Amino acid sequence: MANVTLRNVRKTYPGGFEAIKGVNVDVGDGQFCVLVGPSGCGKSTLLRMVAGLETVTGGEIDIGGRIVNQIEPADRDIAMVFQNYALYPHMSVFNNMAYGLRNRGMKEAEVKSRVDEAARVLELTSMLERKPRQLSGGQRQRVAMGRAIVRQPKVFLFDEPLSNLDAKLRIAMRVEIRKLQRRLNTTSIYVTHDQLEAMTLADVLVVMNGGQVEQVGNPLAIYEKPATTFVASFIGAPPMNLMSIRADEIKSQLGSTNAGILGIRPEDFVITDQTPAGGVTLPLTVEAIERVGAETFVYGTRAQDEQRIAANPGELPPGEVIVRIPGSEAPPIGEKIRVAATRQKLHLFSGDGRTRIEA
Amino acid sequence: MVEEEGFRRYVAHIILWIGIAIVAFPVYIAFVASTQDNALIANGQMSLLPGGHFFEVYYQTIFVGTSGSTREPVGNMMLNSLVMALLIAVGKIAISIISAYAIVYFRFPFRMPIFWIIFITLMLPVEVRIYPTYKIVADLHMLDSYAGLSLPLIASATATLLFRQFFMTVPDELLEASRIDGAGPLRFFWDTLLPLSRTNMAALFVILFILGWNQYLWPLLITTRDDMQTIQVGIRKMITTTDALTEWPIVMATAVLAMLPPVFVVVVMQKLFVRGLVETEK
Amino acid sequence: MQKQAIFQSRLLPYALVAPQLAIVLIFFYWPALQAVIQSFLLQDAFGLSTTFVWFENYIELFKDVAYFEAIVRTFFFSFAIAVSSLSFALLLAVMADKPLRGSMLYRTLLIWPYAVAPPVVGVLWIFMLHPSLGVLSRYLRNMGIDWNPLLDGDQAAALIILAAAWKQISYNFLFFLAGLQAIPKSVFEAAAIDGARPMRRFWTVTFPLLSPTIFFLLVVNIVYAFFDTFGIIDTMTRGGPGTSTVTLVYKVYSDGLLGGNLGSSAAQSVILMVMVIVLTGIQFRFVERKVTY
Repeated sequence: MANVTLRNVRKTYPGGFEAIKGVNVDVGDGQFCVLVGPSGCGKSTLLRMVAGLETVTGGEIDIGGRIVNQIEPADRDIAMVFQNYALYPHMSVFNNMAYGLRNRGMKEAEVKSRVDEAARVLELTSMLERKPRQLSGGQRQRVAMGRAIVRQPKVFLFDEPLSNLDAKLRIAMRVEIRKLQRRLNTTSIYVTHDQLEAMTLADVLVVMNGGQVEQVGNPLAIYEKPATTFVASFIGAPPMNLMSIRADEIKSQLGSTNAGILGIRPEDFVITDQTPAGGVTLPLTVEAIERVGAETFVYGTRAQDEQRIAANPGELPPGEVIVRIPGSEAPPIGEKIRVAATRQKLHLFSGDGRTRIEA
Repeated sequence: MVEEEGFRRYVAHIILWIGIAIVAFPVYIAFVASTQDNALIANGQMSLLPGGHFFEVYYQTIFVGTSGSTREPVGNMMLNSLVMALLIAVGKIAISIISAYAIVYFRFPFRMPIFWIIFITLMLPVEVRIYPTYKIVADLHMLDSYAGLSLPLIASATATLLFRQFFMTVPDELLEASRIDGAGPLRFFWDTLLPLSRTNMAALFVILFILGWNQYLWPLLITTRDDMQTIQVGIRKMITTTDALTEWPIVMATAVLAMLPPVFVVVVMQKLFVRGLVETEK
Repeated sequence: MQKQAIFQSRLLPYALVAPQLAIVLIFFYWPALQAVIQSFLLQDAFGLSTTFVWFENYIELFKDVAYFEAIVRTFFFSFAIAVSSLSFALLLAVMADKPLRGSMLYRTLLIWPYAVAPPVVGVLWIFMLHPSLGVLSRYLRNMGIDWNPLLDGDQAAALIILAAAWKQISYNFLFFLAGLQAIPKSVFEAAAIDGARPMRRFWTVTFPLLSPTIFFLLVVNIVYAFFDTFGIIDTMTRGGPGTSTVTLVYKVYSDGLLGGNLGSSAAQSVILMVMVIVLTGIQFRFVERKVTY
């Protein structure tokens, strides 16, 4: 049981590339922390620094009150689940889980009882004598988890553990990981690029971009009040619609003269002719319709086109707006419609997208 | 694949059987000759069917040797060849796998120069530096010894390169998982890397064993004592320049015995052999 | 070239490379260096004194008609062996690549001669084609050919080429078969639908796609003919009759051992080294090309 604190952690590679540019995160005891961000944002590097697989070139990593910067991975009292599982292909499931315990000189009876217990929890008991190649993807994933939990470490580290599974299994395992973590109550750090996984698993969500933390907090709080346009467009699918306030139609409606960025989530739009007080209305031409059953996505373009807005992931083409409406009723393609959002549903950001402006 | 009609298939079968006949014929003749009487062969009257002297000829070959030229039992030559081939195969694999491990899994000063020093040896077979090598082995008092027979042939980079290539394909995460599991470099090597390299080692062993068994020029130079002769050298010495004295049935029996172990290895371990051959040539 | 995940250790890596490094330095670099040095020295007839003679050994060599002949002969042997063995092996491989019953058996029956040692190959063939007792010589003589490779240099050369090519069939066959099996079968199907008949399919599809393998094998076969024919030559003709089957490697051997002319033998070694390095260089260029392909 331990909390993990990162204080101004930096990683600069010998070539001068700065992968982590000063990160501060505090994960409380027993909390589930998820690092999320697009590929190349430094989230895996950060996790591997906590594991001790990458050196720390600046700042401190503190696990349970002990600075671990110089400590070998084996002595940090952590366990890690790798993206490709990294099971020892030549060892049976039992030996895969027992290896780390035996290396620490644990008595064979204790090794056996721990492995058996983990196998029981993960429903692997009947497969203990098999080799990894005789297992399905989901079973391998569970063995990797088992290898972590038999160690009873202070901290679990997960490096995109579900990304090699198919969609259905991924959801099932996601729920299982969460249940397991709740039960063991072990501090966990989990890396993913999947914002849905991040939202559903995290106690603490850390959104990263370009080696920096964009926002830290409770997932729903982040969803409701994204701190930057990056977070706004990364968290939530389909992404938030971002528009420049320079566009006259919006500027006049908001009564604002400041240059800036307006964000509205697709589900916050209503198709209506009325303009809500303090809200915004947009005229759209319907370009495409996606019906997925319970809801429908309407893709429209605005009459007036304009410059692009600073946002990366899930970015929409300029002038395109997604509207999400319940049910399967939708306007026909080519029709001109008006969509509106109320004042409370508007997100305002500074012109560079780096600051949220509270109205 | 495009299915072909019957006629073309028959042609293919026929061509393949002709190929097999061409490939097998000399060996068949050797076997036939090894079961016949020398006088008959020397007269050019050899039959194309096996004769009745099989046991007698092979007994003499293995336990006694020729009565004229070498007089060394071929059984002993085979033992020498076996020891040499095993030393070469095992020795090369052993020193190569550990040096490849160092080069791939560590960073240390002079790593690249050392790699190049080993790599360059790939280019030059022992034949081109034969006399200076001979002199060194002589200076080290290793003539007529198993060490002298095998050590200079171990000095080559093929196996190192092969292992290096294989190690590069082993996922990094295995090493990382091992580190987290508390395994140091030697333990990782022994517990994980070595078991993973088993197939590669076996394939390499098959190839190196065959190459070692078939060595000729080097053993020819450095063995002077008859009891240190390998079978390849022995067979050459059995053919005397004055044809009349050559004991052909024994020569042919020796040829058959010389072929047996490597051919057996190729046929029985065909998969490993093919794999080893293709990989060492890459 | 190098892993991202590595171990830290100061001394262990040196301990691990030490055995190979020691063997390579003692049995490879030292002798190679000796060969180079020796090639610049001349020993008197009794081996009592040596003098430094610059390139005299090399100049002597290139003035020597016998050496020039050996070079030409070696290249001639190489090409003759390579071409005959490659074409026969390719024919067999194309046949064995067809969806035939028993194709695994064919493969087994065709690859085993790889394991036969060169001196044994020599013994097998000299026995079959021995002028007085060879079983095949009878037929040749019946056909009116005055067959005696122990006296006729051209016949001796033909015998060497035949035996060496025979041994190399299995190796070439194996690589051709692997090369053929690596070609996606859909390519043949597409060619068949495009109206190419079998022979045309071979020349317009199979052969071009196989050309990297052919080139690779050509180099390997030439290197093989340079070095591994030694055992065949030594058991069959010992370079004779006269010098009609003396190749470069055989000459290094006989000049050094039998003639005792170490300076010249060393110079020949050095020339041979250069040739092999060039050949290997060509092969590496090819490997690079294959990678970018």
